[in-house]
Amino acid sequence: MQTHPAASPPPSAQGGGSAREPVLRLSGITKRFGPLVANDAISFELMRGEVIALLGENGAGKTTLMNILFGHYVADEGTVEAFGAPLRPGDPKAALEAGIGMVHQHFTLADNMTVVENIALGTEPLWRPRFELGAARARIRALSADFGLFVDPDSTIAALTVGERQRVEILKALYRDARILILDEPTAVLTPGETEALFGTLKLLVAKGLSIIFISHKLAEVMAVSDRVLVLRAGRLAGERVTAASGRAELAALMVGQEVVSPPVAPLRGGAPLLVLREVSTGGRGTGARLDRVTLTLRAGEITGLAGVSGNGQSALAGVVAGTEIPTTGEIEIAGRVVSVWSPRAALDLGIGRIPEDRHAVGTIGDMSVAENVISEQYRSPRFARHGLLDWAAARAFAEEIIRDYDVKCPSPDARIRLLSGGNMQKLILGRALDPEPRIILANQPTRGLDVGAVSYVHRRLLEARERGAAILLISEDLEEIMALSDRIVVMSRGRLSGASARGERTIAQLGELMAGHQGEAAA
Amino acid sequence: MEALDILFTTSFWVAAIRIASPLIFATLGELVCERAGVLNLGIEGIMTVGAFAGWFTVYSGGDLWTGVFVAAFAGAAFGLLHATLTVPLGLSQHVVGIGITLLATSLTYFTYRLALPQVTSPPKIEPFQPFAIPGLSKIPVLGEALFSQTPLTYLAFVSVAVVAWVLYRTPLGLAVRAAGENPSAVEAQGISVTGIRMGAVMAGSALMAVGGAFLTMSAFNSFFFQMVNGRGWIAIALVVFGSWRPGKALLGAILFAAFDAYQIRLQQLAGGIVPYQVFLMLPYVLSILALVLVARRATYPKALMIPYQKGER
Repeated sequence: MQTHPAASPPPSAQGGGSAREPVLRLSGITKRFGPLVANDAISFELMRGEVIALLGENGAGKTTLMNILFGHYVADEGTVEAFGAPLRPGDPKAALEAGIGMVHQHFTLADNMTVVENIALGTEPLWRPRFELGAARARIRALSADFGLFVDPDSTIAALTVGERQRVEILKALYRDARILILDEPTAVLTPGETEALFGTLKLLVAKGLSIIFISHKLAEVMAVSDRVLVLRAGRLAGERVTAASGRAELAALMVGQEVVSPPVAPLRGGAPLLVLREVSTGGRGTGARLDRVTLTLRAGEITGLAGVSGNGQSALAGVVAGTEIPTTGEIEIAGRVVSVWSPRAALDLGIGRIPEDRHAVGTIGDMSVAENVISEQYRSPRFARHGLLDWAAARAFAEEIIRDYDVKCPSPDARIRLLSGGNMQKLILGRALDPEPRIILANQPTRGLDVGAVSYVHRRLLEARERGAAILLISEDLEEIMALSDRIVVMSRGRLSGASARGERTIAQLGELMAGHQGEAAA
Repeated sequence: MEALDILFTTSFWVAAIRIASPLIFATLGELVCERAGVLNLGIEGIMTVGAFAGWFTVYSGGDLWTGVFVAAFAGAAFGLLHATLTVPLGLSQHVVGIGITLLATSLTYFTYRLALPQVTSPPKIEPFQPFAIPGLSKIPVLGEALFSQTPLTYLAFVSVAVVAWVLYRTPLGLAVRAAGENPSAVEAQGISVTGIRMGAVMAGSALMAVGGAFLTMSAFNSFFFQMVNGRGWIAIALVVFGSWRPGKALLGAILFAAFDAYQIRLQQLAGGIVPYQVFLMLPYVLSILALVLVARRATYPKALMIPYQKGER
């Protein structure tokens, strides 16, 4: 593991630190969703000019807590006070009026409207015969210049990059004179360079006396930006530390509640090429980038890591490997044979195991049972179907086998799969994909949103498959994951693929450059 | 040659604009609903309600404009029912819409029978009369077609301008468009998605009902069963054809109406040789073709038909 490039001092070191007045006070916030306690009696204070990091794994309750603060949810117990006055629960309007701005993890922007329209939305009484956007435009330009948030006010959201959209979200809050800014996993979608720029902006904001809550599960970023760290674990406040007086190891232990072990990776020599894409391009479909003459070789016993900022063509590449996307040009060769007919069924029949990017939308059918879901790739095989009739006993037995072998916490094979947690759902998908012992494995974001335990489990299984001789394509937005597991790393940017580099050959910074689209040294 | 000559007669264009008027109201109404993210399949029934409510008000002694107002109010009431079921309760917009159409249509026929148990032929009212706008109506063909219509037709054109202005020039319109694209953007800016969507469905339903009222109070002078005759469904297609833009939707409505006016005249021309059903079919075939050409590139409001529940993402 390597430290993040952003190792600058906390932004508030220069200003605003002297005034120790609390601007926000949460007392005893508790929120339950059925039997699950998402937030359990959480209390803390945020001071003026302070940056608090809210650290925790996925599912620890960070986003729930901030959604309560912003009025998307109503807490079952507890109160929020902003600037000394109690905040009306369950109303984003109250939060906005109290000077709280939130940059959501999933942007709340209307794609068909312009930047200025999105920002001005809701800032004027609805019953006005005319909307004066001129003044709004000028104000946005001024704010952009002050805080380094450059974006064209008249461009439509659909035309902006992810980084630019985030700037619009921040501008939305500043436009309403927010004094407290909540950023929910702001760096998840950014390149290392864009992350640096964001941290620069945060510094400027703190210097103006704003207070910031920075939600993250990335330790390096938390260390770089915050004055104080609150660690959430399983809905509880597990600890509070002054950043400068703490360290990564201590915070990691607090966050996970156990020792973090990265899986050992035995050195292996790559074998024969099992899947080769030659000059593959795809047509435009959906929102992601299309592939532009991509050439890629996956070898037996090797994990090839694909890094890149989301939306640069990874989905299209994953689609091509999975058989859901048909290349417009180029050829696909599997185990030395060029395939002529390409389809999801052909991909399965040729031994490609697939772990899809979105386990809810693509990987599973939420309202169908665990047994139905695990046979969904093999239901036609003689193992599960006889004379066109499904053999439910075999299906259930298979589901039970996966539940046992992959340690899935699940009431029964007949439970609807949507009731399982993300980690258990992913284990089932893993079992379904790996059970037929595929020669080629597509692992697209296999650990996104999982807790540390599940992550290391998935990693271990992938490494086992590698030792067995499978060729694995690992697509991830988590550079550390890519660097830890991959034998070779390729970087995708705007639909083009960089040349491959061996383990340890490129630094994070160099990969970041490639992710941002600087192809210079990798043209070959 | 005769078939082409029709296109240059004033009476043809007068008829086209008259036939377009109810479609303009209905299409605008549907457009407002859909721009806020709600598909309103109750349109056919709501138009029937409007047709009856307007006519019955006048038949019972009210004046014509009161009739229009009552029709709009009745439409908004059914819009409120639709919106309550689809917005805060988040039920399927297809099922609710079809239910509203069946309910509104049947309720209208039932009320008609209750109110007028004795009649054998539909009673007549004194409808809106054409009103030539001085000066403008003297322009050959176009002027006569556009400016010697009834006041309700003028209202239809004014409505297009008003809806376009509200949608694109006011804070309210911005909120409506955002609610149809990404409701969480509306919520995050402190505006109630439920309020915006319910308001839009009620306003849109009122417009649809006025479209229905046009039939009984301007195009004809009495109410009879089946008189809306699929105009609501055509309006839904016209919204797609118009890419959810009021101006384009207006053009679509006029285009469809022109086809309709044209086929009536062709029937008379080719009477006896070609079965008249072929001509009746013509506007629908052409609108399917137009949809195929235009709608493939149309960009839907992204949140159309997706119920919004607060706090869910």
